[in-house]
Parts: sequence; C-alpha cells; structure tokens
Amino acid sequence: MRIFDPHIHMTSRTTDDYERMAAAGVRAVVEPAFWLGQPRTSVASFTDYFDSLVGWEPFRAGQFGVRHHATVALNPKEANDPRCRPVLDVLPRYLEKDAVVAVGEIGYDSMTPEEDAAFAAQLALAVAHDLPAMVHTPHRDKARGVDRSLAVIAESGIEPGRVVLDHLNEVTVRQVRDTGCWLGFSIYPDTKMSPPRMVELLKAYGTERMLVNSAADWGRSDPLLTRATGEAMLAAGFTDDDVDRVLWRNPVEFYGQSGRLDLDDTDAAAATFAGNSILRGGS
Amino acid sequence: MTPDELRAALRGVPDPDWLAAALHAVAAEPTTIARYFPAVGRRCGRADLPDLPGWTADEAARALLLASLPAGHAEQAETLYRTGDAAERRGVLKALPLLPIGAAGVPLLHDALRTNDTRLVAAALGPYARHLDPPAWRQAVLKCVFTGVPLAAVADLDTRADGELAAMLAGLAAERQAAGRSMPEDATALLDRLTAASRSHHREA
Repeated sequence: MRIFDPHIHMTSRTTDDYERMAAAGVRAVVEPAFWLGQPRTSVASFTDYFDSLVGWEPFRAGQFGVRHHATVALNPKEANDPRCRPVLDVLPRYLEKDAVVAVGEIGYDSMTPEEDAAFAAQLALAVAHDLPAMVHTPHRDKARGVDRSLAVIAESGIEPGRVVLDHLNEVTVRQVRDTGCWLGFSIYPDTKMSPPRMVELLKAYGTERMLVNSAADWGRSDPLLTRATGEAMLAAGFTDDDVDRVLWRNPVEFYGQSGRLDLDDTDAAAATFAGNSILRGGS
Repeated sequence: MTPDELRAALRGVPDPDWLAAALHAVAAEPTTIARYFPAVGRRCGRADLPDLPGWTADEAARALLLASLPAGHAEQAETLYRTGDAAERRGVLKALPLLPIGAAGVPLLHDALRTNDTRLVAAALGPYARHLDPPAWRQAVLKCVFTGVPLAAVADLDTRADGELAAMLAGLAAERQAAGRSMPEDATALLDRLTAASRSHHREA
C-alpha cells in the first residue's frame, strides 16, 4: 500500500513517527502551515516557521525516505491578530518555493470580518501564483462555515477543481460534493472522522475527488490512520486499485496541479533510502 | 570552478532557453534574480551533473545566475540566502568562490554550519571555506564526521588539517571506541595520515 498523506503537521511529530509511517507505506506528505497551539506575536515567528517547512522539515523527512511538501498561509485563527496580519505581505516569496504546492490552511475559524479579508486575499494569491488552495473548515458552526467558504471561493474566481475543503464529515460532505471542489477528510482517534465512518462515505459517494488524511499534529492524533483507513476499505470490499486511488493517486492529482510535486524515485525511496547517502539532493 | 565550466556542464538542462533568458535578464536588471532564483530546480533539474563532479544542475545554474550579476550587485547573494529554501541556500554557498565579495560571505558559512542539514554543511566546506578561521574550520570538519558527511566534500582537507584537528579526531575516536561504535573510514584514514605526519615531523626535529 503506497500512501500520500495530504495533510499532516510533521513539525509536531517525532522521528519515531517518520519511521512508523515509512514502514506503513507513507512515501509522501503535505504539511500545511497552521496554528502552533501557542499564539504567535510577530511576523518573524512565522517566517522562521515557513523557513523550517521548506528547509529543515523536508530534510528530516528525507532521512526516512518520506518526500515532504508544504502549503503556506496565514491561518484563520491568527488572521484575527493584528500583529500577525502582515504575514500576508511575506507570503508571495514563499509561494514561489519548490516545496510549496498550495496556499493553505486558509478559511474560517470564528467567521469574523478579519477572517473574511484574509481568506479572500489568500485565494487571490493562489490565483496569482498559479497554486491550488487548501481550505480548513471550522470546527464550530461547521455547516454554515462550509457554505460561507464555498461562497468566498466562488467569488474569488479560482477554479473549483483547484480547491480542497478539509475536515469534512457526514453532515458537510453533500454541500461540497457537487461544487467541483475536492473533499478532504481527517481521520482522528475519536473526533473528526474514523476509518469505519470514512469507509461508509466512500461507499456512498465514491472515490473521485476524495482525499483522506491523518491531520496529525500536537493534539491527540495518529499518523497511521491513513493506513488504517486503507485496510478498512479492503475489509469492506474495496479493491487495491480503489485504495491506491484514494491514498495515492488522488492527492498526487490534486497537489500535482501546482506543477511542483517532486515524486521522482518515491517508488524506490522507501526500500533503499537507508543505503543511500542523505546528501543526495531532491528533498 | 569558472562560469564557463558551469555553462558548459549545463548544456543538457531540460529548459536551456529559460536559463539563457534568466542569465540575460539578471545581467541587465539585477533585481530580477529574486524572481528566477526559486524556480531554478523546476526549470533546470536537480540531478548530479556528469561533467561536473560534486555539482547538481540546480546548484550550477544558481551559481551561474549569481556570477552573472553586474559589478556592485553581488551583495544580493546574502539576501537570496537569507530568504531561500534549503536548495537556494546550497546554491548560494556553492557560488561564493565565484563572487567578487572577498570574505564578506563568511557569516553565511557560519549560518550553514550551525544547521544540522548535512547538504548545507557540505556546501559550506568548499573552496570558500579558506576564509574560515582555524577553530571554526576544525569544528566544521568534526561536524562532518559526526553527521556522516564524506570528508571528500571538504576542500583543502590535507593542507589545512593540523595537530589540533588530529587531537580532536583522536578524542572522538576514543569516545566511539569506548561506546563500541565505529568511526567513518575516511576520518580514521585522515587521523592516520595526521599521526604519521606528526611522527615523521618529530623524527626530523
């Protein structure tokens, strides 16, 4: 089983996780820039974080044979802090980096006017830099948050096929299904989605434009729940090809729209990385 | 390394027209380098250059872009390093010996040598590392041994390695031996050479 986790915060995880992920078949990840749990107070704090996402973290991942890409943005929660809003001005330089495959996480947290402004501005950046957009949907008042997100996305003029709305569930899947946007589902130990519930959604709605991620971070989460979902799919009668589509080909297709996804040698990487010099470029 | 050698080795890149246009633009309008620099890997590839051992296509193309900056604009290298991703930083470090900046790039070497990214550490120890003072250079060589960077990446290794470096390597070897761990072969070979040289020096004295 080859796995591409399209949403995982590896900065918050240990090398033990990288080892277990590689052993479970995870060969590529996308790490969206997000809230770090502790509010930040200056732009410099963000640039150090973004530098890490295009510097140290891909190197760390490469040591375990995992290809690492990132999405970069001012997240919705911190868009409300006037000290953080100038982050919008430094984004353009990061949106030209090799490893940056989308603008994200953008969207809503509390649906404030400040979040409206940052969301619209960053969708415009996605269009200007020819990148897809990765949209976080709010945990509180989610259904209305999804509707409002879809309206802002439509207004921005970005092509729906270049947008993913993430953290969807049984209630919000229908709202997004017919818009042409991609659908992201975060599989968690006891919130968001679980492997059995995900399998039911795949049965009901098919595998097209469906993305499954662990969204593992500094909270209670599990980077192997992508693999567990693939196994639950097989147990429910889905084929190996269905699993490969959901866990590999779909994220490759979505983030491949950036033109920057570098997956050369990932077929060989998982088997041979330990024998190769980590000086080899590419990551 | 000269710009002409870089240019010759880059003849086979996937998008030579893009590189030619970028070099032309940078020579005419130096600030445009900020736009071209991040895209080099996507346009020129990242593979090792067969005709230029120790260089990848993106490193060589970035070095060539920097070498094309008109006189008085070489200081842009520092900004490109500070705002660059790991590959861009590697490109700046490799280009330093080609730039008319004297020792002004040394702070970039110190920055790269503080990281644990072995590709940056290796790139900081090319010919430009002659500007590093002996203590910093010895620490950098020892860091290579610690982190598994082959010592072949270190320019002027045998001419600069001295008794103090030998003592540091011997200390590491003793720690490794006590722990039941091995030393990289190239480090053991360097220590042997330094020890032999010191013995023959003492005999002569």
